[in-house]
Amino acid sequence: MNFANAFTPERLQEAWQCLLTEFPFAVWETVYSTLLATLFAVIIGLPLGVLLVTGEQKGIRPLPRPFMSFLNVMINLLRSVPFIILMVMIIPLTRVIVGTSVGTVAAIVPLTVAAFPFIARLVESSLREINPNIIETALSMGASPLQIVTHVMLPESVPSLVTNITLAITTIMGYTAMSGAVGGGGLGKLALAYGYQRYRFAVLYLAVIVLVVITQIIQSFGTWLAAKLDKRLKNQ
Amino acid sequence: MIELRNLSKHFTTSDGGVDALKQINLTIENGDIYGIIGMSGAGKSTLVRCINMLERPTEGSVLMDGRDMGSLSAKELRAMRRKITMIFQGFNLLMQRTCLKNVMLPLKLSGGNREAAEKKARELLELVGLPDKANAYPAQLSGGQQQRVAIARALVTEPDVLLCDEATSALDPKTTHAILELIRDINQKLGITVIVITHQMSVVQEVCNKVAILENGTVVEEGTVAEVFANPRAAATRNLINPSNPENDAIFPEGGQRIRVIFNGAVASREPLIAKMAVDCGILASILGASTRSVGDKAYGYILLDIPGTPEDLGRAIAYLSTIPNITVQVEAEYAAKEERA
Repeated sequence: MNFANAFTPERLQEAWQCLLTEFPFAVWETVYSTLLATLFAVIIGLPLGVLLVTGEQKGIRPLPRPFMSFLNVMINLLRSVPFIILMVMIIPLTRVIVGTSVGTVAAIVPLTVAAFPFIARLVESSLREINPNIIETALSMGASPLQIVTHVMLPESVPSLVTNITLAITTIMGYTAMSGAVGGGGLGKLALAYGYQRYRFAVLYLAVIVLVVITQIIQSFGTWLAAKLDKRLKNQ
Repeated sequence: MIELRNLSKHFTTSDGGVDALKQINLTIENGDIYGIIGMSGAGKSTLVRCINMLERPTEGSVLMDGRDMGSLSAKELRAMRRKITMIFQGFNLLMQRTCLKNVMLPLKLSGGNREAAEKKARELLELVGLPDKANAYPAQLSGGQQQRVAIARALVTEPDVLLCDEATSALDPKTTHAILELIRDINQKLGITVIVITHQMSVVQEVCNKVAILENGTVVEEGTVAEVFANPRAAATRNLINPSNPENDAIFPEGGQRIRVIFNGAVASREPLIAKMAVDCGILASILGASTRSVGDKAYGYILLDIPGTPEDLGRAIAYLSTIPNITVQVEAEYAAKEERA
């Protein structure tokens, strides 16, 4: 590899061409696989996060200890497997669900599996921020456990949930880039295909810059939205 | 009517356990504003939580109009909690919901019609004096206003009983007064029985008609506020009535003649009693300590007097003071003997 030749005018010209032709689709792939994976991960992870809080022995609806231990261990196990390994490990599952283990759509399966335990923990921490006195108040009004979740816990933690899900989205986007190494599509694949396999570092750097920009946009939007939704801030 | 029968609550802790409540027996009649007062750790918060079963009593029972709260099913208990509502020290409003939505919440939980709920909630915001705050968020309100919203929320299900757990402890004296006035209004206008948990005697004095004093999980004294104020028997009560009681650490000179003048609802609270005694009998008593309070237009409490002179002077002073209605006089020695018994 010759790093010095990576940024000659011809290479930069080539990268610019690539930016115009291949980047738009790669950005689209990155964004939709990230958002779909986040959506599925929230669908699975949100109820699990709620169970982690409500099901504990001092929670509003205690569940059997063995079940809670199983839930915690499962989440910790999934969280501790590095994403790139997890992706390979669950290829059989991906094939069952999508029919193939290669491509952007196929990558959504391991992305979801990697993200839902993360989301579950984030939801757990958001719900634990709630003042326990408010839960007690809801109980004193005659709220059922399910009503406490839907009328009190979730609405009260919306700003925190938005902040945490923003964090999850940026993390999952990092995973999509990694998925490029083992069959996933998007900016990660582009960066690796050009930069790692063909020494086109200009393209790799451009891909990284675009990823950084997307991350910034998502993070800024999430922060703005969380602040806008938070009614604890005075004078709005 | 709420009856607490042999109510006990034991908490298991790492170093054995704590008996938070021991064999509590109390009867709260309909229409009462019943004060339960005690120092921190006396068990009053646990006691009030046993009434609506937020804490399950270890032993004994809570009877609400004769129904045992402990035997209710989860569903029946939830229905009962709409009839025994509660307000808290920290107000505990939903911070992400407008005041109107907060007040509507209990009705939403019981699955009522939305429009009817909103109408009722607006009525109650009106009742607590905050009709213009319907669309404000709790963070935009002062503590006193937040407590008013919490009161509206507690009343929206038309309860029979309102439990107040240190409801004014986070408020300044002026706001406390306003909230207590509101509570008394509610009691009188809506006929709701109120149970007030507090550590402040001034709160009991201002709104309650009956009081129980709780110390280390036991009721050490109970009765009407007037009785308890006039003649506090338990040491805990005296400490609560007058936390800076000069007698708690005062050392009086040996000898001398001391009498305790007890006001038991004397109407002549504005009479210059000691000055009149000096003029009428020529006895120049000096005040060693005093703790008197006006409850309504009557005076309760005592003055501790040092009477100079001979035993005859003492006798004349006692005779003079005893002629005034609702004042009793005790010689200090006699009082000390009584205290040993208590």
